[in-house]
Amino acid sequence: MLELALHVLDAMRNSVDAGADRLELSILEDREQDRMMIELTDNGQGMARELAEKVLDPFVTTRKTRHVGLGLPLFAAAAHRCDGDFQVRSAPGEGTRLTAVFRYNHWDRAPLGDMPSSLLAILLAERPVDVLYTHRVGSRQFCFDSSEIRQELGDLPLSLPSVRTWMLKALQEGERGLRDSGGQFLD
Amino acid sequence: MLKLKSVDELKKLREEAQRAFHVRTQTSTRIIIGMGTCGIAAGAREVMHAILKELEQRKIEANVETTSCIGMCVKEPLVDIEQGGVTRVTYGNIKVDMVPRLIEEHLVKGKIVPEWVVGRLGAEGII
Repeated sequence: MLELALHVLDAMRNSVDAGADRLELSILEDREQDRMMIELTDNGQGMARELAEKVLDPFVTTRKTRHVGLGLPLFAAAAHRCDGDFQVRSAPGEGTRLTAVFRYNHWDRAPLGDMPSSLLAILLAERPVDVLYTHRVGSRQFCFDSSEIRQELGDLPLSLPSVRTWMLKALQEGERGLRDSGGQFLD
Repeated sequence: MLKLKSVDELKKLREEAQRAFHVRTQTSTRIIIGMGTCGIAAGAREVMHAILKELEQRKIEANVETTSCIGMCVKEPLVDIEQGGVTRVTYGNIKVDMVPRLIEEHLVKGKIVPEWVVGRLGAEGII
């Protein structure tokens, strides 16, 4: 995958397939510590310990566990090749938490990429899913909680054409606020 | 901290949307894009983006949904177009530059693009 945002989208899709309807995604870019951390927590069905230990191995995939495949091994490989770390914590009925850590300035670290599109792709999933998204770059922070929007809309879905356009714009605007026009840090 | 602005704008959108919602659900067009690992790796997110852009430019009000892997990974990105809840056409290996023609032919002219179809479902089953 060319962007970390694509790995994140893939992981969020796993959560939806595991029955989650509430995701918490946090991205932390810490230039001073030369560290980047991506953490995704869901309220899906969770996994038994044996499965959670095996999900990073691409060759133990079974068709019964459809949410397991190449996605997580690729995400983990992306972190490991950047002097990073990848952890999966999960328990049946308690959801799953993924933590990916990267050395920020590592030559092989893929750019974060287009997070607004990844978030929109998951907010347009076939059944309602909410994401609390926090992106911190240095001292700046952007927060987006789709459940606030859902509340505002009442019984209308997030997938309405005017709403999806509005959400994409809001996400792009928020992300832009973290960097200058050249993509550099503002702080 | 940066926060979401323009909530008033959202309220306005809600009022407008509520008026049109009922009509739209009765005559809906659904576009479904596969967003499993295979789809994502093949460029499905960009295809979704291109579809949303094309719909907006042409002012076509279709529902766009993403879904997970349906098991035909070699044909990703897969795009299904369902109309009136009856006919459903699955297109395979859809790239960003194919999107304008797909929307033009299928949604504007009402004609299927046969060379891109990998499956069709009609009122009487697979056709």
